[in-house]
Amino acid sequence: MTVATMSRTATRGWTAVCPLDRLDPDRGVAALVDGVQVALFRTGGELYAVDNLDPVGGAYVMSRGIVGSRGGLPTLASPLHKQVYDLTTGRCLDLAGVALRRHEARCRDGLVEVRLRPEQ
Amino acid sequence: MSERDAGTGGGRLVVVGNGMVGQRFVEALRARDHDRRWRVTVLAEERRPAYDRVRLSAFFDGVSAEELNLHTPDDGVELRLGEPALAVDRARRVVRTAAGEHPYDALVLATGSSAFVPPVDGTDLPGVFVYRTLDDLTAIRAHAAGRRTGAVIGGGLLGLEAANALRLLGLATSVVEFAPRLMPVQVDEAGGAMLRRYVDDLGVTSYLGVATSALRPGPDGTVGALELADGRTVEADLVVVAAGIRPRDELARAAGLPLGPRGGVLVDASCRSADERIWAVGECAAVDGTCHGLVAPGYATAEVVADRLLGGAATFPGADTAAKLKLLGVDVASFGDAHGVTPGCLDVTYTDPATRSYAKLVLSDDATTLLGGVLVGDASAYPTLRASVGGPLPAPPLALLAPAGGPGAGAGALPAGAQVCSCNAVTRADIDAAIAGGAGDVPALKACTRAGTSCGSCVPMLKQLLDAAGVRQSTALCEHFDASRQELFDLVRVRGIRTFSRLIAEHGRGRGCDICKPVVASILASLGSGHVLDGEQASLQDTNDHFLANLQRDGSYSVVPRIPGGEITPEKLIVIGEVARDFQLYTKITGGQRIDLFGARVEQLPQIWRRLVDAGFESGHAYGKALRTVKSCVGETWCRYGVQDSVGLAVALELRYRGLRAPHKLKSAVSGCARECAEARSKDFGIIATETGWNLYLGGNGGFRPRHADLFATDLSTEDLVTLIDRFLMYYIRTADRLQRTAAWIEAMDGGLDHLRSVIVDDSLGLCAELDAAMTRHVASYSDEWRDVLEDPERLRRFTSFVNAPEVPDPSITFAVERGQPVPARGAPSGSAADRRPRPVALGLPEVRR
Repeated sequence: MTVATMSRTATRGWTAVCPLDRLDPDRGVAALVDGVQVALFRTGGELYAVDNLDPVGGAYVMSRGIVGSRGGLPTLASPLHKQVYDLTTGRCLDLAGVALRRHEARCRDGLVEVRLRPEQ
Repeated sequence: MSERDAGTGGGRLVVVGNGMVGQRFVEALRARDHDRRWRVTVLAEERRPAYDRVRLSAFFDGVSAEELNLHTPDDGVELRLGEPALAVDRARRVVRTAAGEHPYDALVLATGSSAFVPPVDGTDLPGVFVYRTLDDLTAIRAHAAGRRTGAVIGGGLLGLEAANALRLLGLATSVVEFAPRLMPVQVDEAGGAMLRRYVDDLGVTSYLGVATSALRPGPDGTVGALELADGRTVEADLVVVAAGIRPRDELARAAGLPLGPRGGVLVDASCRSADERIWAVGECAAVDGTCHGLVAPGYATAEVVADRLLGGAATFPGADTAAKLKLLGVDVASFGDAHGVTPGCLDVTYTDPATRSYAKLVLSDDATTLLGGVLVGDASAYPTLRASVGGPLPAPPLALLAPAGGPGAGAGALPAGAQVCSCNAVTRADIDAAIAGGAGDVPALKACTRAGTSCGSCVPMLKQLLDAAGVRQSTALCEHFDASRQELFDLVRVRGIRTFSRLIAEHGRGRGCDICKPVVASILASLGSGHVLDGEQASLQDTNDHFLANLQRDGSYSVVPRIPGGEITPEKLIVIGEVARDFQLYTKITGGQRIDLFGARVEQLPQIWRRLVDAGFESGHAYGKALRTVKSCVGETWCRYGVQDSVGLAVALELRYRGLRAPHKLKSAVSGCARECAEARSKDFGIIATETGWNLYLGGNGGFRPRHADLFATDLSTEDLVTLIDRFLMYYIRTADRLQRTAAWIEAMDGGLDHLRSVIVDDSLGLCAELDAAMTRHVASYSDEWRDVLEDPERLRRFTSFVNAPEVPDPSITFAVERGQPVPARGAPSGSAADRRPRPVALGLPEVRR
C-alpha cells in the first residue's frame, strides 16, 4: 500500500481512504477513489465498497443509505427510493436486473483501503 | 414420437406476448420443466415486462408501475422487450421480428386483445384514448392536465373504471352506453338502476341507450365534444373509448390459421391450433370458438398449455366469469348465471333503498342449488356466494344476503372444495393446507397458493380463513421484529431500553433494515434519548434525519428554518435572503408558511445553519417524522373578522411541540374565526376560534387522500385545549403504526373518535397522567438539533463530502438557472415515480374487461 495510489493514473491499485475508526459501524461514508465516488461501509465486522451512484435514482447518494440485513444477507437501502441491495453481490433485491457496482475494500494497519473493480 | 406429439418433446419455445397470461404461462412451464426441456424466448411488444393490467387503474391512485410489475427474472427465459412478432412462417417454423428470426419447435401465441374502437368519425382526433396499457394511462393523465371535461364511450366494467379515473383527474365526466343500463353484461335492470343512482351522486353523467355518432374537434384541434345518435351533444376535452375488446389474431390470420367465429385463434380444449406446433392462450385464443376476456380463464389456458408441452393431457375446464369490483365507491359483483338464463330457475331479490343495496340470487328450480347472482352496493357476501355456486346453499337466502358479519355468510362455513380465489383457481382446501403448512398471514398465503394475487377480492376471505383456523395474524414490523410498532414502543418505554443493538438482541433478530431502524430511532427520540446523531442512534436515521435536512433528487439537501406560526420579522427575512444568496440556494415559500432553501451540499449544511442560528433561527424539522408547522391566519390583531389571536396560539403551539418525533409527520393550523383561512381542518390537529374559545378538530390531512379533521371538542379554554392536544399527540405517538397519519390511526381504532375521547377526555384507560407527564418531559428537554451539531465537533465531522477529500465538493451536483434561480442541471439525476417502494394499496380493482 502506498498513498501514492491516490493518483488518478494508478487505476487498479489499492487506495488508502481513512482510518478504520473513522467508519462508524452500519453508517457509510463517501470516498473519492481514482475519480470514482465510492460508498464505504463497515457492518458485521466486514468492509464493503460499492459505487456511490444510485443506479435507479441516478444521484450519488448510496453512502447515505441505511445498512441492515435481509434473510441473513448484509444489505444497503437507497436513501432516495429505498430499493435494497445485497452488499455481498451488489444485486438489487427489489428490482430485477439492477445492481450496484462493487469494489474491493480491506483494512491494513488500521487503514481502510479500496481498489476499484473495472466496469463490467 | 407420434405425429400428434410433434412439438411437445422439448426444444425451442417461442412465446409471443408478455401480458398477464403470457407471463403466467412461462412461469407455469418453467416451474414444472424440471429437466429443462424447453429453451424459452418471449417476444414482447411493450417495452415493459408483464404487469397487472387488472389493477391498471390503481396507477391513478399513485401506485407505481413497479408495484404493478408481475415479471420475475428467470435466467432460463430470454425476454425480448419492444420486439413485437411481425410474422409466423409455419413452413420454416420461425417467427420474424424487426431484429431477425426466432426458430421454434413450439409456438405459443399470447397476444391478448386490443380495444375495439367503433367506426365513427373523429376517433383519430388528439385527445381520444383507449384504456389498455400503462402508456395509455400515462398519455391520458398528460392530456387531462388543465382540461375540464371528459367522456367515456362504453358503460361496462372498463368504461366505469375509466370514468372513475377521469373523475380522479379532475374532469367533469360523462359516460355514454349503448345498452339501456350500466354494466349490462354483469348486472340486471334493477341492479343497473341502483348503480346509476350511485353514479349520478358522484356527478358522473350517464347517457344510456344511445350510440355515439361522431367525435368533433374543439377550437384547439383536439377532441371537443361527442355527438350522440339522438342529436344531443356531450362536451368532452378528453375521450376514452372503452367499448369492448377484440382478440389480436392478426399473426395467426396472416399465417393462415383458422380463426373463431368472432375472431381469435381457433384452438381445441387443449388450446392447440390447427397447426400442431402452435398454441394460443388468453384473450387471443378462441377455445372451441369462444374468446374469454377475463384473467381467470386466461390463466386456465396458460396452465393447460404448460401441462401439454410437458406431456400432460390437461383440457380447458370452462370459464368462471364471476367479477367483483369497487367502482366510484360502489361495490358491484356478479357471478354464475347472473341473468337467470337456466331453464326453470328462481330469483330471490332484495332491494334496500335505505342502504342502497340490491341483491339477486338465482337458484335452481327446486331452490336448493345456487346458480348465480348480482350484488350492488354491498358485496360483502360475494366471496362466500361465488364459492358456493353449483353447490347446495350454505344458508337460507336471506341469511346469505345479510350484511357482513351476519349469520351464515362467513368464509369459515365454506366447503373444502369451494373456490376461494377464482382468478388462480385456489380452493378452500388449498388454503387450509397452506395454513396447516405454516402460512401464518395473508402475504404467506399469497406466496404459496397465489390466492389473492390477481384481483385481490378474496383477500378478506383469506383473513377470515386464517381466523377460522385459529391463526393469529402477524403485526410484525419487519423480518427483524415480531412486535408491532406499538409493542416495540412499550418494550422500549417499560424496560428502559435505550439502544437499537440491545433491543434487537433481546427482542429481534438479524441486523435491522430501513424499516425497523428509523422506527426505533423515532421511538427513542419520542422517549427523549438524547440527540438523534449520538452514538449508535446516528446509524438508525434515514438520511433526512441523519443530515437534519431534506434529501433532494440530485443528492443535495434543502433547509427549512422554523418560522413559528408563519410570523417573521423583516430582519430575519433579510437573513434568509442573504443566506440563500451567499450559498446560491433556490428559495421557495412552502405551504406551511415557511421558506425552503434548496441545493445545499452536505458540507455546506453546518455553514448555513451557523448563519441561521446566529440570527435566532432553529431547525424547522422539515426532515423529520415530527411536528412540522402550525400555520395561522392573521387573527383578531389585524383582521376585521377575527375573534381570537390565532397567530399567538399558533406560535405557542409550535414552540410547545417543536421537535416532537412521531410515527409520521404532524401538521397543525389555527384559524382566528369560522372563515377558516388557515385551513385548519386539513391538519392532524386544527383549531378554529369561536367567540368564547377554541374548537378542536382532529385527524385531518391533505396529500394523497385528503381528509377533513373531525370536530372533537368545542369552546375550549386555551389551557384545556393544550391539555387535549398534549394527550392526543402522546397517545398517537405511543400507539400508532409506522407511517400511520393521525387520520388513519383514528379510523383504525376500535371505536374511533369516541374511543379516543374516552381515553384522553374521560381517562378511561387511566393513561392521562402518564401522557401529560410525557409531554411535560418533551417540552422541558427540547433543544435545537442544528445548534447541538454546531457545538459538537464529533457530530460535525459527519458533514463532509468525501472522507478522504473533504475539500472536494461533490462534482455531480451542478446547477442551471431557471426563472432567475438555481435548479438541478439538466441531465442531472431524475428519480421517477416508478421507483417508489411498494406500499399498501387501498383497493385492488378486479376484472376490468368484458
